[in-house]
Amino acid sequence: MLHTVNKSPFEKNSLESCLAYAHKGSTILLIEDGVYAALQNTAVAEMLKKAMNDFTICALEPDLKARGVRAKVMDGIKLVDYSGFVDLVVENDKVQAWL
Amino acid sequence: MKFTIQVNEGPYTHQASDSAYKFCEAALAKGHEIFRVFFYHDGVNNATRLTTPPQDDRNIVNRWSDLAAKHNLDLVVCVAAAQRRGIADEDEAKRNGKDANNIAPGFRISGLGQLIEGGIQSDRLVVFGD
Amino acid sequence: MSDEMMEGGAVKKFCYVNRKAPYGTIYALESLEVVLIGAAFEQDVSLVFIDDGVYQLTKGQDTADIGMKNFSPTYRALEMYDVEKLYVDKEALEARGLSEEDLLVDVQVMSREEIAGLMEEQDVVLTF
Repeated sequence: MLHTVNKSPFEKNSLESCLAYAHKGSTILLIEDGVYAALQNTAVAEMLKKAMNDFTICALEPDLKARGVRAKVMDGIKLVDYSGFVDLVVENDKVQAWL
Repeated sequence: MKFTIQVNEGPYTHQASDSAYKFCEAALAKGHEIFRVFFYHDGVNNATRLTTPPQDDRNIVNRWSDLAAKHNLDLVVCVAAAQRRGIADEDEAKRNGKDANNIAPGFRISGLGQLIEGGIQSDRLVVFGD
Repeated sequence: MSDEMMEGGAVKKFCYVNRKAPYGTIYALESLEVVLIGAAFEQDVSLVFIDDGVYQLTKGQDTADIGMKNFSPTYRALEMYDVEKLYVDKEALEARGLSEEDLLVDVQVMSREEIAGLMEEQDVVLTF
């Protein structure tokens, strides 16, 4: 399953919930304000680093660039554009949006 | 692949409609089919033709209408959600005793069954919301 | 509607994921409306209540003073629509000081892991 998270981890618990329910081996795509979770040195960086052991974590590059934080992305986060987003949806059997 | 897209939020206030649009654009460019875009909750507000956004920014409603026209997309607005929020076509306006209608080109008003049908008939359902 | 139903053929597992509390926003009510309409399509429907979604099922909702319609009785009507698979996250209940006794309808209370497993098995996941 592909999981999308679109809210900032500092605003809502959507990412936390996603990580609690997603099966090991799933792919998690951060979009919109959700991309803030992908940045270095945040209060959630440890949570993300741990998550990378169980999940493939991707972030939508256009949303990072829009927010001026593209350069601060953590190592290990896979960046995709909208075309890559489409590919992720195709490659996974279904999508769950964590709003 | 066939996609059904669900848009839960209205234009400008949330990024949902923008993200959904960009996703559709990319999917179509890759040769996929958008079976339906279903607008629910405040998402029905993407279908009013009465918006006048600033000239130097994207026109979300027109963008959807144009994409629909170019690719023959099925943009469906949930009737119940539309009635709650005041989005009406000519028939709905007449039926509900309203003195105006406001639906934008390319959108049609229909029932929630269209969302379920989209989920049944499509390979993937992708939800954009808040 | 009958044309749409006939076209489907195969039955898919539809999962409605409820994470939001009622009344503060409309998502709980309008997602329930999808469930009711969707019931006619005779798919394999499950409702999952996690995070604040568990609040949708609390007994004794009295909305008179906020001037909104109390739609909680609708959850009890679901079984008339053959929607009987309601799953509630045990940890979400406990985190909110709730137990099964606080809920207005029969549900299956499951662990986080079980709910995660259930969602993974679905064909279509709807979130609101």
